[in-house]
Amino acid sequence: MLESRGHPNRLGMRGWLFGGRWGPDRYLYSLHRITGLGLLLYFAMHIILTSSRALGQGAWEESMARVSGPLFVIGEYLVFVAFAFHAINGLRLALAEVGFGVGKPIEPIYPYRTALDEQRPIVVVAMILVALLIVVGGLDFFVWH
Amino acid sequence: MTADSKPKTVLYRVLRFEPEGSSNPRWQEYTIPYTSGLTVLDGLWVIKEGVDPSLVWRSSCRMGICGSCGMFINGLPRLSCNTQISELGSSTVEVAPLPNFDILRDLVPDLGPMFDHHQALSPFILRPDREELEKPTAEYYQSSAEMERYLQFSYCIKCASCIAACPTVATDPVYSGPMPLAQAQRYNTDTRDDGFDIRKLALRGPQGPWRCHFAGECSRVCPKGVDPAKAIQLLRRDLVADYLRLRRPTPPAAVVEKPDDIARRPDIPEAPPATV
Ligand code: SF4
Ligand code: FES
Repeated sequence: MLESRGHPNRLGMRGWLFGGRWGPDRYLYSLHRITGLGLLLYFAMHIILTSSRALGQGAWEESMARVSGPLFVIGEYLVFVAFAFHAINGLRLALAEVGFGVGKPIEPIYPYRTALDEQRPIVVVAMILVALLIVVGGLDFFVWH
Repeated sequence: MTADSKPKTVLYRVLRFEPEGSSNPRWQEYTIPYTSGLTVLDGLWVIKEGVDPSLVWRSSCRMGICGSCGMFINGLPRLSCNTQISELGSSTVEVAPLPNFDILRDLVPDLGPMFDHHQALSPFILRPDREELEKPTAEYYQSSAEMERYLQFSYCIKCASCIAACPTVATDPVYSGPMPLAQAQRYNTDTRDDGFDIRKLALRGPQGPWRCHFAGECSRVCPKGVDPAKAIQLLRRDLVADYLRLRRPTPPAAVVEKPDDIARRPDIPEAPPATV
């Protein structure tokens, strides 16, 4: 059913990253995947690192010392940034994906109004929330502590 | 001759591919005169008729109806017959076959996989009274408001632009893609249809709507304003409601009884005999 019948021309990951003249929602889509993969990687590292506690106090302190430089603080902050985006955008998507904020079927009269236009105010509010979280998180990481 | 009176030209960069040869697709350039109102498809005909008869593509109606001329034009999937060169804002027209489909030859994509997915989702009215469906005695009842729940999705011309634009399809050949899923919703919401439970089974798993994450490009490029992204989200709403047992199934619309106490007006002729 899906075998190749000509020269393969699937965009692959280029389709996520080098969208060309695409719209902002595609970049939110790509960023959502990238931050999701980043969080997964962090989660795996986190599990491996904290599991060293099972090897005793010494092993634990050693692995903690290994991840305590300023570079790791920046890395942790990036994890927080990815979390803030992925969480808020994920909530937006979870609601949109069960039909909230996408509008009803309409008569398509040019210029077409699509579900993206219905969703735009929600996207703007969500991204403002993400920005606020990133700023507050930044203050917490680098100023208040 | 002043610079202004020089005839304007337009440069076509066309992706060529010959399946007989062993070479990869390559770009070929053609310069043709520009005339006001020239569409991208018109330009291809100018090339074929006057410069290079070996250039191959699909098209038919030349008026955005048949859906056969979808191409990747200056970085976006569009109908070539529906795209004025003047609206591209460039004197270079870059034409490639729709991505996410294998290239059969030059600008001809293999749309077979899309139609396989489409067919798997039963894009037609399903209901138990087969006899009535095959040999209708009258119309099924449907109000205008009921029709408007699916009408937008029924304008689809199967041009495949949405599939070429979808980033999920770009990495996932198993996912059905926007057009087939929008058509599943079109028939699910048709009050004459009773196929929700059958399509529900076909929509399970990775080919179903769950791989959509609302990049929305399908709706952005759709030349008919079908808004497949909306259809997919509404399809999911119905599937989730059904899963949570919140969806109230309704029987398919009944046949409108023919009134037997009204005489036919003599000035209205009988319908001609059926041809199929
Ligand atoms: S939904 Fe729109 S873009 Fe997709 S096949 Fe139908 S008409 Fe073309
Ligand atoms: S030729 Fe029919 S849609 Fe373009």
